[in-house]
Amino acid sequence: MTWFLRRFAQMLLVIFGVVTLAFVFAYIVPANPARMVAGPQASPQAVASIAHQLGLDRSVWSQYVSFLGRIVHGNLGISFALQGRTVASEIWIALPYTAVLAVGGILWEIVIGIPAGIIAAYRPRSVVDRFATFGALLGLSAPPFWLGLMLIYFLAYKVSWFPLNGVGHPLIWYMILPSFTLGVGGAAFYSRMVRTTVRQVLRSPFIEFARLKGMPERTILFRHVLRHALTPVITMLGMDLGYFLGGVLIIESIFGIPGVGQLAFSSISTLDVPMITGTVLVAAVFMVFMSFVVDVAYTFIDPRVRLNRAK
Amino acid sequence: MINLPENELNAAFTASEPTVLSQPNFWRRAGRSLLHDPIALCSFAFIALLAVVAIFAPLIAPDDPLRQFSNGLSYVGAPVSPNGHFLLGTDASGRDVLSRLIFGVRVSLLVGVVATGLASLIGVVIGTVAGYVGGVTESILMRFTDMVLSFPILLFCVALIAVTGPSTRNVVLVIAFAYWTYLARVVRGQVLSIKEREFVNAARTLGVGHVKIIRKHIIPHLVPTIIVYGTLGVATSILIEASLSFLGIGVPLPQASWGEMISEGQQYFQSAPWLLVAPGVALILTVLAFNLAGDWLTDILDPAVQEVGS
Repeated sequence: MTWFLRRFAQMLLVIFGVVTLAFVFAYIVPANPARMVAGPQASPQAVASIAHQLGLDRSVWSQYVSFLGRIVHGNLGISFALQGRTVASEIWIALPYTAVLAVGGILWEIVIGIPAGIIAAYRPRSVVDRFATFGALLGLSAPPFWLGLMLIYFLAYKVSWFPLNGVGHPLIWYMILPSFTLGVGGAAFYSRMVRTTVRQVLRSPFIEFARLKGMPERTILFRHVLRHALTPVITMLGMDLGYFLGGVLIIESIFGIPGVGQLAFSSISTLDVPMITGTVLVAAVFMVFMSFVVDVAYTFIDPRVRLNRAK
Repeated sequence: MINLPENELNAAFTASEPTVLSQPNFWRRAGRSLLHDPIALCSFAFIALLAVVAIFAPLIAPDDPLRQFSNGLSYVGAPVSPNGHFLLGTDASGRDVLSRLIFGVRVSLLVGVVATGLASLIGVVIGTVAGYVGGVTESILMRFTDMVLSFPILLFCVALIAVTGPSTRNVVLVIAFAYWTYLARVVRGQVLSIKEREFVNAARTLGVGHVKIIRKHIIPHLVPTIIVYGTLGVATSILIEASLSFLGIGVPLPQASWGEMISEGQQYFQSAPWLLVAPGVALILTVLAFNLAGDWLTDILDPAVQEVGS
């Protein structure tokens, strides 16, 4: 329990640091925010009054304190580019798309990566193993934006099995190609990782013992091998989810998905500072939070970790 | 009280524990392993080829990568497909794709190598200081690492570029600033275990200064890790550079970069698929070569096993 509280405090500390970094980032942006809000034709007096409204004429520390105060209340500020819209509401609108995409990506990682790794481990140097190894290397090395464009060209344009881009009804249909593009790199990574760990487990004495006992191979796989091989995978999948939820801007921009990544990217082209800060901040908080969740989950999956940490 | 002969301690002090690299026969063993591993051999050969192409790009490229040929566009103004003159066809501005591809090697390798080098430098310094000094310094440095690590790497780079403005130098700095965290964590872990080993204790007992201990006894043992992470880091950096250029905020125009070529070719994919296929394949092969080379180096240098200690 004390460990849990310490870990929780540590998460809050990192989030505090992340917020501070985001403030520093927003503060050093060379563009004059008041000028951006007022518009290019505004008089110097108008710019100055907006600067006053935004609190830009106050000291760094006072700005920092009010920034912290706003963040605590979940107020990420008002967008410069989209007049009158708050950053939080825009992110809230974009988030469901990113969430569906992220979960889809994770599913592809699981559906492809884990079975490929297990089969490759059970049949080393077989056709499946070689194919999986080759596919994994390709999946790790292919830039996602290139892969996405290829998928669009062949599966959406040439044979029109899938929609070209954008979102529509039903959403799942529009998410198949993007989430595959998102998950394929991770699937490649996990297939290799699962292959290595399964091979290690298969060589250990307790598996030998289970076999001697006459336990069916299927039971050995599901009861013993997978439990050991999947623990590290589950934790890393959690980290992936945090990463994906922060917005995967390349894939969202190729497939025209109006998610958080797309929002971040378009705000960068308009130099919409509150929006950039807000999206980056949300992404970072997702990562920090998921790594906390993963750490806590780990102690439930593997009691040894709990014992080690109690020391 | 254990009595150790003076000369034994002195030996421990003067001669640091041999690292993987300084083991006898290391180079012969590595060479033999490489000859028996055609995939690794091909990867290193390909990397060498890329280096040659990058250095001698102006001599190798058939044309100026920026020149817009009058015969580089068809009569309707579309890119010309691969032919005798333009071996890989032309792009939408009538420029020779092969020449742009060759000059693109320069950008990819330059950014990849310099960014990784810089990231390794920062990572090793921070990781070593954190691991060696420990205490509050360690906490501060590692929490800072955690913070930087919690920003998704590409989004982080994009946001930083938005502030600093797109230029080749900024792309390198941004990638380095995002990537050092990975090495810092690994290095810290290794330093924690190395500094507890006998040869470091012996040196400390003999009153050797901290800087000298780090330089002579700790850094040499980090070299395998740095090499492995550096090689894999080049692959990652090249991918990030391509992604940034694909988004139009990487290496500034009109300089040829593979990511930018792919982004530009996007619109003409139906009529001119070579615009996407050529830079895409070049990118995949390059990243693949660095990944495979990194795998082989991991096998031969085995930094993880070394960490456990012999």
